[in-house]
Amino acid sequence: MEDILELTIAQIRELLQKRKISSVELTNYFLERIKRFDGDISSYIKVTEEYALKMAGDADKKIADGENGQLLGIPLGIKDIYCTKGIETTCASRILKGFIPPYDATIIRRLKDEGYVHLGRLNMDEFAMGSSTETSYFGITRNPWDLERIPGGSSGGSAAAVAADECIASIGSDTGGSIRQPAALCGVVGMKPTYGRVSRFGLIAFASSLDQIGPFTKDVEDCAIMMNAIAGYDPRESTSVPLNVPDYTEFISRGIGGWKVGIPKEYFIEGIHPDIEKAMQRAITTVEGLGATCVEISLPHTEYCLAVYYIIAPAEASSNLARYDGVKYGFRPQGSIDLLDMYKKTRSAGFGAEVKRRIMIGTYALSSGYYDAYYKKASQVRALIKRDFTEAFTLCDAILTPTSPTPAFKIGEKMDDPLQMYLSDIFTISTNLAGIPGISVPCGFTKDGLPIGAQFLAGHFEEGKLIQIASAFEKYANIEKRRPAL
Amino acid sequence: MPYEPVIGLEVHAQLLTETKIFCSCSTQFGAEPNSHTCPVCMGMPGVLPVLNRKVVEYTMKMALATHCRINEACNFARKNYFYPDLPKGYQISQYAQPLSEHGYVDIELDGGKKRIGITRIHMEEDAGKLLHDEHLPSSYVDLNRTGVPLIEIVSEPDMRSTDEAVAYLKRLHEILVYLEICDGNMEEGSFRCDANVSLRPRGEMMFGTRTELKNMNSFRNVQRALDYEIKRQQCILESGQDVIQETRLWDDSKGETQSMRGKEEAHDYRYFPDPDLVPIVIDNAWTEEMKKSLPELPLEKRERFIRDYQIPPYDAGVLTSSRALAGYFEEVARLSGKPKIASNWVMGDVLRFLNEEKRDIKECPVLPGSLAEMIQLIEDGTISGKMAKDIIVEMYRTGKSPQAVIEEKGMIQITDEGTLEKTVAEVIAANPTQLAQYRGGKEKLFGYFVGQVMKATQGKANPQLINELLKEMLAKE
Amino acid sequence: MKIDKGVVEYVAHLGRLALEPNEVELYTSQLNRILEYMDSLNTLDTEGVESTSHAVPVTCVLREDLAKDSFSVEESILNAPEKIGSSFKVPPIIEVEE
Repeated sequence: MEDILELTIAQIRELLQKRKISSVELTNYFLERIKRFDGDISSYIKVTEEYALKMAGDADKKIADGENGQLLGIPLGIKDIYCTKGIETTCASRILKGFIPPYDATIIRRLKDEGYVHLGRLNMDEFAMGSSTETSYFGITRNPWDLERIPGGSSGGSAAAVAADECIASIGSDTGGSIRQPAALCGVVGMKPTYGRVSRFGLIAFASSLDQIGPFTKDVEDCAIMMNAIAGYDPRESTSVPLNVPDYTEFISRGIGGWKVGIPKEYFIEGIHPDIEKAMQRAITTVEGLGATCVEISLPHTEYCLAVYYIIAPAEASSNLARYDGVKYGFRPQGSIDLLDMYKKTRSAGFGAEVKRRIMIGTYALSSGYYDAYYKKASQVRALIKRDFTEAFTLCDAILTPTSPTPAFKIGEKMDDPLQMYLSDIFTISTNLAGIPGISVPCGFTKDGLPIGAQFLAGHFEEGKLIQIASAFEKYANIEKRRPAL
Repeated sequence: MPYEPVIGLEVHAQLLTETKIFCSCSTQFGAEPNSHTCPVCMGMPGVLPVLNRKVVEYTMKMALATHCRINEACNFARKNYFYPDLPKGYQISQYAQPLSEHGYVDIELDGGKKRIGITRIHMEEDAGKLLHDEHLPSSYVDLNRTGVPLIEIVSEPDMRSTDEAVAYLKRLHEILVYLEICDGNMEEGSFRCDANVSLRPRGEMMFGTRTELKNMNSFRNVQRALDYEIKRQQCILESGQDVIQETRLWDDSKGETQSMRGKEEAHDYRYFPDPDLVPIVIDNAWTEEMKKSLPELPLEKRERFIRDYQIPPYDAGVLTSSRALAGYFEEVARLSGKPKIASNWVMGDVLRFLNEEKRDIKECPVLPGSLAEMIQLIEDGTISGKMAKDIIVEMYRTGKSPQAVIEEKGMIQITDEGTLEKTVAEVIAANPTQLAQYRGGKEKLFGYFVGQVMKATQGKANPQLINELLKEMLAKE
Repeated sequence: MKIDKGVVEYVAHLGRLALEPNEVELYTSQLNRILEYMDSLNTLDTEGVESTSHAVPVTCVLREDLAKDSFSVEESILNAPEKIGSSFKVPPIIEVEE
């Protein structure tokens, strides 16, 4: 059974269909692995064993009946940010402790329709606010490649669980890099689709105009399979886009001969870890070896992205998080003398430091007298950032950048310096501001054996192109296969 | 120093849609607490709003009916504040880009017309209800009303008296109800009004310091609250003090406005465009379609009634006070061919019966066809006007046609001269004293004889014929 | 733009957060550092640039006015920290002078 951990969704699906293995066996295998290894890593907030085995049993029946859902019988880990009917959903916050959603997020419905198995709830930064999975109320998650280091964030649990083979694939969310950065730091594939491609209904909102859902997988083909399952229009979301979804697996092995790949000069800055810089040089060579031409491009407003992001995201968050007031659900401390007291006690004790910090920044940026200087200004610069990409994609088919300026850093290293922590997202946030899709694929290791990720970006709704270039890159780059030593 | 009040009104009207503005829950009033709720209107984590098309269309109708300009594009904003009846911690409203702006309505006062400007009409969601328990130190939250669609109609500070304000309010109310987009029920809160009031010396251009009045849930209360507040501010100004800018609540039982000072938050609503909703673009075709769907509005109808039916302005006003009543009247007028008489019957008997039982014209048991038929029966002499007065009571009570009532009660008018001559002769013979007095010059007694004949014929005699016969026979020796 | 402790306390109140004195200190210095970084935006001329609040342009998303079943009352108040009957219960509203 040990070789199961080598297998991808594509391969396991075949075994399931040929009845070489049952979904229950598979699920038990992962439940065992979680028991053995997750004590050190803590990628899961909660393992839903009974629920998982029931779903696996149902899947086995469906397989026996000849059904063939895209994820039928496949055990997945779910970031604890999607409302799941009957399953405690916390967003890694004390304020939602005990909250049992009475409804399913659209993404959960879609996964159910495809027959997935819900292994458990993956850890994350509280309300997805962080780059290291250190702000969770339920404790930190460790990087399987080095337990002294962070797995990235906010979807750190989702990345670590795939890296440690505690699930075949997982689902995360990305507001400023929360899928791609931990995917890079944990050596797995992570995609943030175009804004509007995957329904946000039931995704607990951090920053509504930036949030997007995407998969973590072992390879690019699995990413395509997951995207096939989750992408598509949802009438329950006004910002969902009613466009047909292609079969993403068709973009595998198409090659990129004749493509132009843009290398934005603003992304190769001082401060990038030297091993990452070297890996990027190799990546450029690999891309050219595939018959593409790399061209230098400019995204002139890159230096403003971080400032824009850290105004818009907290502003939206300050409003999105106003509903956690102790009235309708979640945490409420005892002994409030009046309503105002109850509000303040609930929110002060219910939210962690980083969430409070962002509520403060966002509230300030929207408050009377400062709106124009901050929120309005940021929204205007956002338009310029978007335009940069539109112009860039007239010159190239895709863009290649590092995913993160550094490999996984030490636990606690940046916790006292919010701005340093925010800089971890410097290469990923522009994507969210522009709404375009991005993918992070493994592109080597540092001297110390930490994974490095390369990021490809494409125009709106061109996830197919990303699958195409990332899968070609994955095959041709021939990155050494390693597993974290657990 | 003579002061002049300056009044502006903000009206909130609940729209008569089936479902809430951003989710598919029912808007029905009066259900068990929290039974008309779903994750969206309860503000559960992760939910998203999707706008109800009807809300946009109803708002467009009101905008067109009040001569507003409809903006090509509008959007929603979040108004952020904490209150238990606001489950998301923000209200979805329109702020920088409302659906419509720059309109007006005309009001009539003592024969004169005045134009009141409308600043804007926008869409927003209603809040839930917070109920206070006087016995326990706690409050309850019912979210059934959360997300019921509202339009807010903001006037210019164009009103200069309480009467103007009330006339404006009644005009808006009438239009909303005419458009069938709001039920206009003030007690249940479907039509709510806040007022901004200030005073300035007559002739002064600058506005004085204003107060905002809330909690006035009837036209009468609006009248009383404004009168009170104007007097209060006048006293302050006359004593040389300054009016404080604040929100004041109307206390109906005490008959006064009270300061909310100290109880009110310093508001900083932190409006910003709602990222979960997309802009609404309204093209000419859509506007034209809405324009075509507009009914004739009350003012136009009133003028047409006066012109086409030759009825007095007051009557036209009463008859056009609701679309259903106007429709009823027009049906009777058309079927009977006698608009003036139709107006008398509708204004008189029909409305009196309905008012006595507080029933709506839509529930009137006398169908327009029946009333028209009755009018024709009077016209062709089958029944007398006096008989009709009794017949219509029966018609109202039973819902039967006049013909049926007449047959049942044997109420055909006696128009046969021979029969009536006999009765007249009998009446004269039975009243020798009165006859002598009459002949002695007391001509007033003519009426007495008419009455006696009517009594003898149970009111069925044709009055004109009675007159003729009495005159003839009383004169005869 | 420099902000002082008063602003931090005001903003915390708007967001309904009660801050300990040491938190006020900490947030004042951290927020100032972050806002100083944000001020880099002011070097950019955005005269005439339209604000973007949506990454992907979509307009006029509307649903038809058709009622669907609401939640049962049980489901609606399932997660309520405190309830009375089918209503949510909250402490009394004593509006305190600011």
